[in-house]
Amino acid sequence: MGYGISLLIWGERACFTRPEMKVERVSYDVITPSAARGVMDAIHWKPAIRWSVDRIHVLKPIRFESIRRNEVGGKLSPASVTKAMKSESAVGLVTHVDEDRQQRAATILRDVAYVIDAHFDLTAAAGPDDSVGKHLDIFNRRARKGQCFQMPCMGVREFPAHFKLLEEGEALPGSDASLNGERDLGWMLHDIDFERGMAPRFFRARMIDGVIDVPPWHSTEVKA
Amino acid sequence: MTAIAHRYEFVYLFDITNGNPNGDPDAGNLPRLDPETNRGLVTDVCLKRKIRNFVSLDKEDAPGYAIYMQEKAVLNHQHQKAWEALGIPPDAKEQYKKLPKDEAKSRELTAWMCSNFFDVRTFGAVMTTGVNAGQVRGPVQMAFATSIDPVVPLEISITRMAVTTEKEAEAQSGDNRTMGRKHIIPYGLYRAHGFISAKLAERTGFSDQDLTLFWQALTSMFEHDRSAARAEMAARKLFVFEHESAMGNAPAHVLFDAVKIQRADADTLSAPRRFSDYRVELNRAAVPGGVTVHEML
Repeated sequence: MGYGISLLIWGERACFTRPEMKVERVSYDVITPSAARGVMDAIHWKPAIRWSVDRIHVLKPIRFESIRRNEVGGKLSPASVTKAMKSESAVGLVTHVDEDRQQRAATILRDVAYVIDAHFDLTAAAGPDDSVGKHLDIFNRRARKGQCFQMPCMGVREFPAHFKLLEEGEALPGSDASLNGERDLGWMLHDIDFERGMAPRFFRARMIDGVIDVPPWHSTEVKA
Repeated sequence: MTAIAHRYEFVYLFDITNGNPNGDPDAGNLPRLDPETNRGLVTDVCLKRKIRNFVSLDKEDAPGYAIYMQEKAVLNHQHQKAWEALGIPPDAKEQYKKLPKDEAKSRELTAWMCSNFFDVRTFGAVMTTGVNAGQVRGPVQMAFATSIDPVVPLEISITRMAVTTEKEAEAQSGDNRTMGRKHIIPYGLYRAHGFISAKLAERTGFSDQDLTLFWQALTSMFEHDRSAARAEMAARKLFVFEHESAMGNAPAHVLFDAVKIQRADADTLSAPRRFSDYRVELNRAAVPGGVTVHEML
Protein backbone atom coordinates (compact mmCIF):
# COMPACT_ATOMS: atom_id res chain seq x y z
CA MET A 1 0.00 0.00 0.00
CA GLY A 2 1.90 3.01 -1.22
CA TYR A 3 -0.31 5.47 0.59
CA GLY A 4 -0.98 3.76 3.86
CA ILE A 5 -0.54 5.40 7.23
CA SER A 6 0.08 4.17 10.75
CA LEU A 7 -1.52 6.01 13.61
CA LEU A 8 -0.88 5.39 17.29
CA ILE A 9 -3.98 6.02 19.40
CA TRP A 10 -4.44 5.67 23.14
CA GLY A 11 -6.91 6.54 25.85
CA GLU A 12 -7.93 6.01 29.47
CA ARG A 13 -11.15 4.22 28.61
CA ALA A 14 -12.96 2.87 25.57
CA CYS A 15 -16.32 1.40 24.67
CA PHE A 16 -16.71 -0.31 21.30
CA THR A 17 -20.23 -1.51 21.90
CA ARG A 18 -21.21 -4.97 20.79
CA PRO A 19 -24.38 -4.66 18.72
CA GLU A 20 -26.00 -7.59 20.51
CA MET A 21 -25.42 -5.92 23.89
CA LYS A 22 -26.11 -2.27 23.43
CA VAL A 23 -28.70 -1.57 26.10
CA GLU A 24 -26.41 -2.46 28.96
CA ARG A 25 -23.39 -1.76 26.81
CA VAL A 26 -20.63 -4.31 26.62
CA SER A 27 -17.52 -3.42 24.69
CA TYR A 28 -15.70 -5.66 22.26
CA ASP A 29 -12.25 -6.73 23.46
CA VAL A 30 -10.58 -4.49 20.90
CA ILE A 31 -11.33 -1.55 18.64
CA THR A 32 -13.51 -2.37 15.62
CA PRO A 33 -12.45 -1.39 12.09
CA SER A 34 -15.53 0.83 12.07
CA ALA A 35 -14.44 2.77 15.16
CA ALA A 36 -10.89 3.01 13.83
CA ARG A 37 -12.25 4.48 10.61
CA GLY A 38 -14.14 6.99 12.73
CA VAL A 39 -10.85 8.09 14.33
CA MET A 40 -9.35 8.70 10.86
CA ASP A 41 -12.48 10.55 9.76
CA ALA A 42 -12.24 12.82 12.80
CA ILE A 43 -8.76 13.89 11.71
CA HIS A 44 -9.30 14.22 7.98
CA TRP A 45 -12.13 13.15 5.71
CA LYS A 46 -13.77 14.38 2.55
CA PRO A 47 -16.53 12.75 0.52
CA ALA A 48 -13.84 12.10 -2.09
CA ILE A 49 -12.04 9.54 0.07
CA ARG A 50 -12.91 6.45 2.05
CA TRP A 51 -10.65 5.13 4.79
CA SER A 52 -10.06 1.39 5.08
CA VAL A 53 -8.41 -0.21 8.06
CA ASP A 54 -5.85 -2.88 7.13
CA ARG A 55 -4.42 -3.90 10.46
CA ILE A 56 -4.99 -3.28 14.13
CA HIS A 57 -2.09 -3.67 16.58
CA VAL A 58 -3.31 -4.10 20.14
CA LEU A 59 -0.62 -2.82 22.50
CA LYS A 60 -2.03 -3.15 26.00
CA PRO A 61 -3.60 -5.96 28.00
CA ILE A 62 -7.37 -6.25 27.59
CA ARG A 63 -9.03 -5.13 30.82
CA PHE A 64 -12.64 -4.30 31.61
CA GLU A 65 -14.43 -2.13 34.13
CA SER A 66 -18.11 -1.49 34.77
CA ILE A 67 -19.79 1.87 35.08
CA ARG A 68 -23.47 2.66 35.57
CA ARG A 69 -25.02 5.95 34.60
CA ASN A 70 -28.42 7.60 34.50
CA GLU A 71 -29.63 7.87 30.95
CA VAL A 72 -32.83 8.99 29.29
CA GLY A 73 -35.15 6.34 27.94
CA GLY A 74 -37.32 8.90 26.14
CA LYS A 75 -39.43 7.59 23.37
CA LEU A 76 -42.96 8.67 22.81
CA SER A 77 -45.29 7.04 20.33
CA PRO A 78 -46.20 9.28 17.39
CA ALA A 79 -49.81 8.27 17.93
CA SER A 80 -50.01 9.98 21.30
CA VAL A 81 -48.38 13.08 19.82
CA THR A 82 -50.95 13.13 17.06
CA LYS A 83 -53.70 12.74 19.61
CA ALA A 84 -52.36 15.63 21.65
CA MET A 85 -52.09 17.77 18.56
CA LYS A 86 -55.63 17.02 17.51
CA SER A 87 -56.95 17.97 20.91
CA GLU A 88 -54.57 20.94 20.89
CA SER A 89 -53.59 20.23 24.44
CA ALA A 90 -50.43 18.80 25.88
CA VAL A 91 -52.17 17.31 28.89
CA GLY A 92 -51.33 13.66 29.09
CA LEU A 93 -48.40 13.98 26.75
CA VAL A 94 -45.68 13.75 29.35
CA THR A 95 -42.13 12.51 29.36
CA HIS A 96 -40.22 13.87 32.31
CA VAL A 97 -36.51 13.34 32.05
CA ASP A 98 -36.24 12.53 35.71
CA GLU A 99 -39.16 10.14 35.49
CA ASP A 100 -37.82 8.64 32.33
CA ARG A 101 -34.60 7.49 33.92
CA GLN A 102 -32.84 4.42 32.78
CA GLN A 103 -29.85 3.34 34.75
CA ARG A 104 -27.63 1.53 32.37
CA ALA A 105 -24.39 -0.22 33.11
CA ALA A 106 -21.60 -0.24 30.60
CA THR A 107 -18.77 -2.72 30.59
CA ILE A 108 -15.92 -0.73 29.13
CA LEU A 109 -12.23 -1.17 28.37
CA ARG A 110 -9.54 0.44 30.50
CA ASP A 111 -6.24 1.94 29.43
CA VAL A 112 -6.12 1.07 25.74
CA ALA A 113 -3.57 1.73 23.03
CA TYR A 114 -3.61 0.64 19.39
CA VAL A 115 -1.72 1.21 16.21
CA ILE A 116 -4.04 1.48 13.24
CA ASP A 117 -2.64 0.68 9.81
CA ALA A 118 -4.99 2.17 7.26
CA HIS A 119 -5.17 3.47 3.72
CA PHE A 120 -7.81 5.29 1.75
CA ASP A 121 -9.27 4.95 -1.70
CA LEU A 122 -10.82 7.65 -3.81
CA THR A 123 -14.57 7.38 -4.15
CA ALA A 124 -16.96 8.21 -6.95
CA ALA A 125 -17.33 11.67 -5.43
CA ALA A 126 -13.69 12.52 -6.18
CA GLY A 127 -13.32 15.49 -8.49
CA PRO A 128 -10.38 16.42 -10.74
CA ASP A 129 -8.67 18.25 -7.84
CA ASP A 130 -8.69 15.20 -5.63
CA SER A 131 -5.49 13.25 -5.76
CA VAL A 132 -4.32 10.57 -3.40
CA GLY A 133 -1.18 12.54 -2.63
CA LYS A 134 -3.08 15.65 -1.65
CA HIS A 135 -5.32 13.94 0.86
CA LEU A 136 -2.47 11.87 2.24
CA ASP A 137 -0.45 15.04 2.78
CA ILE A 138 -3.33 16.74 4.52
CA PHE A 139 -3.86 13.78 6.82
CA ASN A 140 -0.19 13.45 7.68
CA ARG A 141 0.20 17.15 8.27
CA ARG A 142 -2.77 17.23 10.60
CA ALA A 143 -1.89 14.07 12.48
CA ARG A 144 1.69 15.29 13.00
CA LYS A 145 0.50 18.59 14.45
CA GLY A 146 -2.28 17.09 16.50
CA GLN A 147 -4.89 18.86 14.42
CA CYS A 148 -8.32 17.39 14.01
CA PHE A 149 -11.82 18.23 12.80
CA GLN A 150 -13.07 17.06 16.17
CA MET A 151 -11.37 15.18 18.97
CA PRO A 152 -11.42 11.51 17.93
CA CYS A 153 -12.94 9.14 20.44
CA MET A 154 -12.68 5.55 21.59
CA GLY A 155 -16.14 4.38 20.60
CA VAL A 156 -18.12 7.04 22.51
CA ARG A 157 -17.43 10.76 22.81
CA GLU A 158 -16.80 10.82 26.55
CA PHE A 159 -13.67 8.72 26.00
CA PRO A 160 -11.28 10.86 23.95
CA ALA A 161 -8.63 9.20 21.81
CA HIS A 162 -5.20 10.81 21.78
CA PHE A 163 -3.29 10.23 18.60
CA LYS A 164 0.20 10.42 17.16
CA LEU A 165 1.34 9.75 13.63
CA LEU A 166 3.96 7.03 13.26
CA GLU A 167 6.36 8.18 10.57
CA GLU A 168 7.42 5.80 7.85
CA GLY A 169 10.12 3.49 9.08
CA GLU A 170 9.41 4.36 12.71
CA ALA A 171 9.43 1.26 14.89
CA LEU A 172 6.06 0.08 16.09
CA PRO A 173 5.60 -0.06 19.85
CA GLY A 174 5.56 -3.68 20.96
CA SER A 175 2.45 -5.46 22.17
CA ASP A 176 2.10 -6.54 25.77
CA ALA A 177 3.29 -10.07 26.46
CA SER A 178 -0.19 -11.10 27.60
CA LEU A 179 -1.35 -10.82 23.98
CA ASN A 180 1.11 -13.37 22.64
CA GLY A 181 -0.18 -16.41 20.84
CA GLU A 182 -3.30 -16.74 18.76
CA ARG A 183 -6.65 -15.61 20.04
CA ASP A 184 -10.00 -15.97 18.30
CA LEU A 185 -12.08 -12.90 19.10
CA GLY A 186 -15.14 -14.33 17.36
CA TRP A 187 -17.36 -12.48 14.93
CA MET A 188 -16.81 -8.77 15.16
CA LEU A 189 -18.41 -5.79 13.46
CA HIS A 190 -16.36 -4.75 10.46
CA ASP A 191 -18.37 -1.70 9.50
CA ILE A 192 -21.81 -0.50 8.62
CA ASP A 193 -22.80 -0.71 4.96
CA PHE A 194 -24.26 2.73 4.36
CA GLU A 195 -24.96 1.95 0.73
CA ARG A 196 -27.29 -0.86 1.67
CA GLY A 197 -29.51 0.65 4.28
CA MET A 198 -27.05 0.66 7.19
CA ALA A 199 -26.59 -3.10 7.19
CA PRO A 200 -23.84 -4.22 9.55
CA ARG A 201 -21.16 -6.54 8.16
CA PHE A 202 -19.02 -8.82 10.26
CA PHE A 203 -15.72 -10.64 10.06
CA ARG A 204 -13.98 -13.32 12.10
CA ALA A 205 -11.35 -11.48 14.12
CA ARG A 206 -8.18 -13.39 14.92
CA MET A 207 -5.47 -11.77 16.99
CA ILE A 208 -2.00 -13.19 16.48
CA ASP A 209 0.61 -11.77 18.86
CA GLY A 210 -1.52 -8.69 19.32
CA VAL A 211 -2.10 -8.06 15.62
CA ILE A 212 -5.47 -8.36 13.87
CA ASP A 213 -5.49 -8.43 10.09
CA VAL A 214 -8.66 -6.83 8.82
CA PRO A 215 -9.99 -8.33 5.60
CA PRO A 216 -10.87 -5.85 2.84
CA TRP A 217 -14.44 -4.56 2.86
CA HIS A 218 -15.50 -6.39 -0.28
CA SER A 219 -13.77 -9.69 0.43
CA THR A 220 -15.73 -12.89 0.93
CA GLU A 221 -14.57 -13.06 4.55
CA VAL A 222 -16.80 -10.12 5.41
CA LYS A 223 -20.38 -11.26 5.81
CA ALA A 224 -23.59 -9.38 6.36
CA MET B 1 -24.56 34.39 15.69
CA THR B 2 -21.25 33.50 14.10
CA ALA B 3 -19.66 30.30 15.23
CA ILE B 4 -16.40 30.22 17.15
CA ALA B 5 -13.27 30.22 15.00
CA HIS B 6 -10.79 28.49 17.28
CA ARG B 7 -10.34 25.03 18.66
CA TYR B 8 -10.18 24.87 22.46
CA GLU B 9 -9.15 22.38 25.07
CA PHE B 10 -9.65 22.90 28.76
CA VAL B 11 -8.44 21.50 32.05
CA TYR B 12 -10.97 21.98 34.81
CA LEU B 13 -10.22 21.44 38.49
CA PHE B 14 -12.89 21.26 41.15
CA ASP B 15 -12.91 19.93 44.67
CA ILE B 16 -15.30 18.55 47.21
CA THR B 17 -15.20 18.71 51.00
CA ASN B 18 -17.22 16.25 53.07
CA GLY B 19 -19.67 15.41 50.35
CA ASN B 20 -20.52 13.10 47.49
CA PRO B 21 -19.82 14.63 44.07
CA ASN B 22 -21.40 11.86 41.98
CA GLY B 23 -23.06 8.76 43.40
CA ASP B 24 -22.70 5.35 41.81
CA PRO B 25 -26.08 3.68 41.27
CA ASP B 26 -24.29 0.33 41.19
CA ALA B 27 -22.83 0.78 44.66
CA GLY B 28 -25.80 2.08 46.62
CA ASN B 29 -24.94 5.70 45.83
CA LEU B 30 -21.38 5.54 47.16
CA PRO B 31 -19.13 8.07 45.47
CA ARG B 32 -17.91 6.62 42.18
CA LEU B 33 -14.52 4.98 42.41
CA ASP B 34 -12.11 3.69 39.85
CA PRO B 35 -11.70 0.17 41.21
CA GLU B 36 -8.12 -0.14 39.98
CA THR B 37 -6.68 3.01 41.50
CA ASN B 38 -9.28 3.98 44.13
CA ARG B 39 -9.45 7.42 42.61
CA GLY B 40 -12.81 9.13 42.56
CA LEU B 41 -14.73 9.57 39.33
CA VAL B 42 -17.29 12.09 38.14
CA THR B 43 -18.97 11.21 34.86
CA ASP B 44 -19.16 13.53 31.89
CA VAL B 45 -22.96 13.54 32.00
CA CYS B 46 -22.92 14.64 35.64
CA LEU B 47 -20.95 17.78 34.74
CA LYS B 48 -23.11 18.41 31.68
CA ARG B 49 -26.23 18.28 33.82
CA LYS B 50 -24.81 21.01 36.08
CA ILE B 51 -23.92 23.16 33.07
CA ARG B 52 -27.47 22.81 31.74
CA ASN B 53 -28.90 23.72 35.13
CA PHE B 54 -26.68 26.78 35.39
CA VAL B 55 -27.68 28.04 31.97
CA SER B 56 -31.37 27.59 32.64
CA LEU B 57 -30.99 29.49 35.92
CA ASP B 58 -28.88 32.22 34.39
CA LYS B 59 -30.90 32.75 31.24
CA GLU B 60 -34.35 31.87 32.54
CA ASP B 61 -35.36 30.55 29.15
CA ALA B 62 -34.39 33.69 27.27
CA PRO B 63 -34.99 33.12 23.56
CA GLY B 64 -32.20 30.97 22.17
CA TYR B 65 -31.19 29.67 25.58
CA ALA B 66 -33.89 27.13 26.27
CA ILE B 67 -32.66 23.82 27.65
CA TYR B 68 -33.79 20.73 25.84
CA MET B 69 -32.81 18.04 28.34
CA GLN B 70 -34.65 19.55 31.25
CA GLU B 71 -35.45 18.02 34.49
CA LYS B 72 -39.22 17.84 34.22
CA ALA B 73 -39.12 18.65 30.53
CA VAL B 74 -41.15 16.94 27.89
CA LEU B 75 -38.76 16.14 25.11
CA ASN B 76 -41.29 15.61 22.41
CA HIS B 77 -42.94 18.92 23.09
CA GLN B 78 -39.70 20.55 22.11
CA HIS B 79 -39.60 18.70 18.81
CA GLN B 80 -43.19 19.55 18.16
CA LYS B 81 -42.29 23.19 18.71
CA ALA B 82 -39.80 22.86 15.86
CA TRP B 83 -42.35 21.38 13.51
CA GLU B 84 -44.97 23.91 14.44
CA ALA B 85 -42.67 26.92 14.33
CA LEU B 86 -41.75 26.07 10.78
CA GLY B 87 -45.26 25.15 9.79
CA ILE B 88 -44.28 21.81 8.33
CA PRO B 89 -47.29 19.56 8.09
CA PRO B 90 -46.66 16.02 9.32
CA ASP B 91 -46.59 13.26 6.75
CA ALA B 92 -50.09 11.78 6.57
CA LYS B 93 -48.98 8.18 7.06
CA GLU B 94 -45.68 8.44 8.87
CA GLN B 95 -46.66 11.38 11.04
CA TYR B 96 -43.50 12.66 12.72
CA LYS B 97 -41.68 9.36 12.79
CA LYS B 98 -39.15 9.93 10.06
CA LEU B 99 -37.28 12.96 8.92
CA PRO B 100 -39.15 14.84 6.25
CA LYS B 101 -38.25 13.37 2.88
CA ASP B 102 -37.10 16.77 1.81
CA GLU B 103 -33.58 17.14 3.18
CA ALA B 104 -33.76 20.92 3.27
CA LYS B 105 -36.80 20.69 5.51
CA SER B 106 -35.09 18.34 7.94
CA ARG B 107 -32.08 20.63 8.04
CA GLU B 108 -34.43 23.44 8.85
CA LEU B 109 -35.78 21.45 11.80
CA THR B 110 -32.34 20.71 13.13
CA ALA B 111 -31.23 24.31 12.66
CA TRP B 112 -34.28 25.49 14.54
CA MET B 113 -33.49 23.18 17.42
CA CYS B 114 -29.88 24.40 17.48
CA SER B 115 -30.79 28.08 17.46
CA ASN B 116 -33.35 27.71 20.22
CA PHE B 117 -31.71 25.29 22.61
CA PHE B 118 -28.37 26.04 24.22
CA ASP B 119 -27.61 22.44 25.13
CA VAL B 120 -28.39 21.13 21.64
CA ARG B 121 -25.92 23.66 20.16
CA THR B 122 -23.32 22.80 22.78
CA PHE B 123 -23.49 19.08 23.44
CA GLY B 124 -25.66 17.92 20.56
CA ALA B 125 -28.70 15.71 20.85
CA VAL B 126 -30.24 12.68 19.28
CA MET B 127 -33.68 13.72 18.28
CA THR B 128 -35.14 10.53 16.97
CA THR B 129 -37.58 10.02 19.78
CA GLY B 130 -40.87 9.39 18.06
CA VAL B 131 -41.03 12.92 16.77
CA ASN B 132 -37.95 13.15 14.64
CA ALA B 133 -35.85 16.26 14.33
CA GLY B 134 -32.56 14.71 13.26
CA GLN B 135 -29.25 14.19 15.02
CA VAL B 136 -26.80 16.83 16.15
CA ARG B 137 -23.20 16.36 17.21
CA GLY B 138 -22.26 19.21 19.48
CA PRO B 139 -18.85 20.91 19.56
CA VAL B 140 -18.22 20.35 23.28
CA GLN B 141 -16.85 16.97 24.28
CA MET B 142 -16.07 16.19 27.91
CA ALA B 143 -14.31 13.25 29.48
CA PHE B 144 -14.72 11.73 32.92
CA ALA B 145 -13.22 13.70 35.78
CA THR B 146 -10.80 11.79 38.01
CA SER B 147 -9.48 12.70 41.44
CA ILE B 148 -5.78 13.46 41.72
CA ASP B 149 -5.26 11.13 44.68
CA PRO B 150 -7.14 8.04 45.80
CA VAL B 151 -10.23 8.97 47.83
CA VAL B 152 -11.66 7.13 50.80
CA PRO B 153 -15.44 7.23 50.97
CA LEU B 154 -16.82 7.27 54.50
CA GLU B 155 -20.18 5.94 55.47
CA ILE B 156 -21.82 8.25 57.98
CA SER B 157 -24.80 6.96 59.89
CA ILE B 158 -27.40 9.54 60.81
CA THR B 159 -30.59 9.35 62.80
CA ARG B 160 -33.96 10.86 62.22
CA MET B 161 -36.39 11.65 65.01
CA ALA B 162 -39.42 10.72 63.01
CA VAL B 163 -40.81 7.79 61.06
CA THR B 164 -42.57 7.64 57.75
CA THR B 165 -45.47 5.32 58.42
CA GLU B 166 -47.90 4.52 61.17
CA LYS B 167 -46.73 0.94 61.05
CA GLU B 168 -43.14 1.87 61.86
CA ALA B 169 -44.29 3.93 64.80
CA GLU B 170 -46.20 0.97 66.19
CA ALA B 171 -43.26 -1.33 65.70
CA GLN B 172 -41.07 1.02 67.68
CA SER B 173 -43.76 1.55 70.29
CA GLY B 174 -43.60 5.29 69.91
CA ASP B 175 -39.81 5.66 69.94
CA ASN B 176 -39.96 6.89 66.35
CA ARG B 177 -36.29 6.89 65.41
CA THR B 178 -34.89 5.80 62.08
CA MET B 179 -31.35 5.46 60.90
CA GLY B 180 -30.09 6.71 57.59
CA ARG B 181 -26.79 6.72 55.73
CA LYS B 182 -24.70 9.31 54.02
CA HIS B 183 -21.66 8.62 51.95
CA ILE B 184 -19.04 11.30 51.86
CA ILE B 185 -15.51 11.92 50.69
CA PRO B 186 -13.54 13.96 53.24
CA TYR B 187 -11.70 15.73 50.45
CA GLY B 188 -11.09 15.18 46.77
CA LEU B 189 -9.58 17.35 44.05
CA TYR B 190 -10.90 16.33 40.64
CA ARG B 191 -9.51 17.03 37.21
CA ALA B 192 -11.63 17.02 34.07
CA HIS B 193 -10.62 17.47 30.45
CA GLY B 194 -12.74 18.91 27.68
CA PHE B 195 -12.54 19.60 23.97
CA ILE B 196 -14.32 22.13 21.79
CA SER B 197 -14.33 21.63 18.04
CA ALA B 198 -14.66 24.79 15.97
CA LYS B 199 -15.70 22.74 12.98
CA LEU B 200 -18.68 21.20 14.73
CA ALA B 201 -19.52 24.61 16.18
CA GLU B 202 -19.94 25.87 12.61
CA ARG B 203 -22.65 23.29 12.10
CA THR B 204 -24.61 24.02 15.24
CA GLY B 205 -23.97 27.77 15.43
CA PHE B 206 -22.16 27.59 18.79
CA SER B 207 -20.99 31.20 19.08
CA ASP B 208 -18.46 33.21 21.11
CA GLN B 209 -21.28 34.35 23.40
CA ASP B 210 -22.17 30.72 23.97
CA LEU B 211 -18.56 29.99 24.77
CA THR B 212 -18.41 32.82 27.30
CA LEU B 213 -21.54 31.46 28.90
CA PHE B 214 -20.02 28.00 28.92
CA TRP B 215 -16.92 29.22 30.79
CA GLN B 216 -19.20 31.08 33.18
CA ALA B 217 -21.13 27.90 33.80
CA LEU B 218 -17.95 26.00 34.59
CA THR B 219 -16.63 28.66 36.96
CA SER B 220 -19.82 29.13 38.96
CA MET B 221 -22.10 26.15 38.45
CA PHE B 222 -21.40 24.64 41.86
CA GLU B 223 -22.56 27.85 43.51
CA HIS B 224 -26.09 27.03 42.35
CA ASP B 225 -25.96 23.32 42.95
CA ARG B 226 -25.91 23.08 46.72
CA SER B 227 -27.49 20.11 48.39
CA ALA B 228 -27.23 18.00 51.50
CA ALA B 229 -25.45 15.25 49.61
CA ARG B 230 -22.90 17.38 47.80
CA ALA B 231 -21.88 19.64 50.67
CA GLU B 232 -19.07 21.93 49.58
CA MET B 233 -18.04 21.77 45.96
CA ALA B 234 -16.01 24.48 44.32
CA ALA B 235 -14.48 25.17 40.95
CA ARG B 236 -10.80 25.77 41.62
CA LYS B 237 -9.00 26.21 38.31
CA LEU B 238 -9.92 26.47 34.68
CA PHE B 239 -7.12 26.49 32.13
CA VAL B 240 -8.31 27.15 28.62
CA PHE B 241 -6.03 26.42 25.67
CA GLU B 242 -7.02 28.46 22.66
CA HIS B 243 -5.60 27.36 19.31
CA GLU B 244 -4.99 29.94 16.62
CA SER B 245 -6.64 27.82 13.96
CA ALA B 246 -9.93 26.01 13.80
CA MET B 247 -8.18 22.67 13.30
CA GLY B 248 -5.82 23.26 16.18
CA ASN B 249 -2.09 23.89 16.50
CA ALA B 250 -1.00 21.18 18.91
CA PRO B 251 -2.01 17.72 20.08
CA ALA B 252 -4.43 17.82 23.01
CA HIS B 253 -2.37 15.47 25.18
CA VAL B 254 0.66 17.75 24.95
CA LEU B 255 -1.41 20.63 26.29
CA PHE B 256 -2.92 18.58 29.09
CA ASP B 257 0.54 17.42 30.13
CA ALA B 258 1.53 21.07 30.63
CA VAL B 259 -0.78 21.25 33.66
CA LYS B 260 0.84 19.44 36.58
CA ILE B 261 -0.74 18.97 39.98
CA GLN B 262 1.45 17.93 42.89
CA ARG B 263 1.24 17.85 46.62
CA ALA B 264 2.44 21.15 48.03
CA ASP B 265 4.59 19.32 50.54
CA ALA B 266 6.24 16.55 48.59
CA ASP B 267 7.35 14.57 51.64
CA THR B 268 4.04 14.55 53.41
CA LEU B 269 2.34 11.27 54.13
CA SER B 270 -0.88 12.83 55.35
CA ALA B 271 -4.01 12.69 53.26
CA PRO B 272 -4.94 15.88 51.41
CA ARG B 273 -7.77 17.78 53.08
CA ARG B 274 -7.84 21.17 51.39
CA PHE B 275 -6.98 22.79 48.08
CA SER B 276 -3.85 24.39 49.54
CA ASP B 277 -2.44 20.89 50.06
CA TYR B 278 -1.92 20.87 46.31
CA ARG B 279 0.28 22.90 44.03
CA VAL B 280 -1.06 23.46 40.54
CA GLU B 281 1.56 24.35 37.96
CA LEU B 282 1.18 25.37 34.39
CA ASN B 283 4.38 24.83 32.45
CA ARG B 284 4.07 27.61 29.90
CA ALA B 285 7.26 26.54 28.17
CA ALA B 286 5.65 23.21 27.30
CA VAL B 287 2.78 24.90 25.45
CA PRO B 288 3.61 24.90 21.74
CA GLY B 289 3.40 28.04 19.60
CA GLY B 290 0.03 28.96 18.20
CA VAL B 291 -1.72 28.10 21.44
CA THR B 292 -2.71 30.73 24.01
CA VAL B 293 -3.46 29.77 27.58
CA HIS B 294 -6.17 31.59 29.48
CA GLU B 295 -6.46 31.07 33.20
CA MET B 296 -10.14 31.66 33.71
CA LEU B 297 -9.97 30.85 37.40
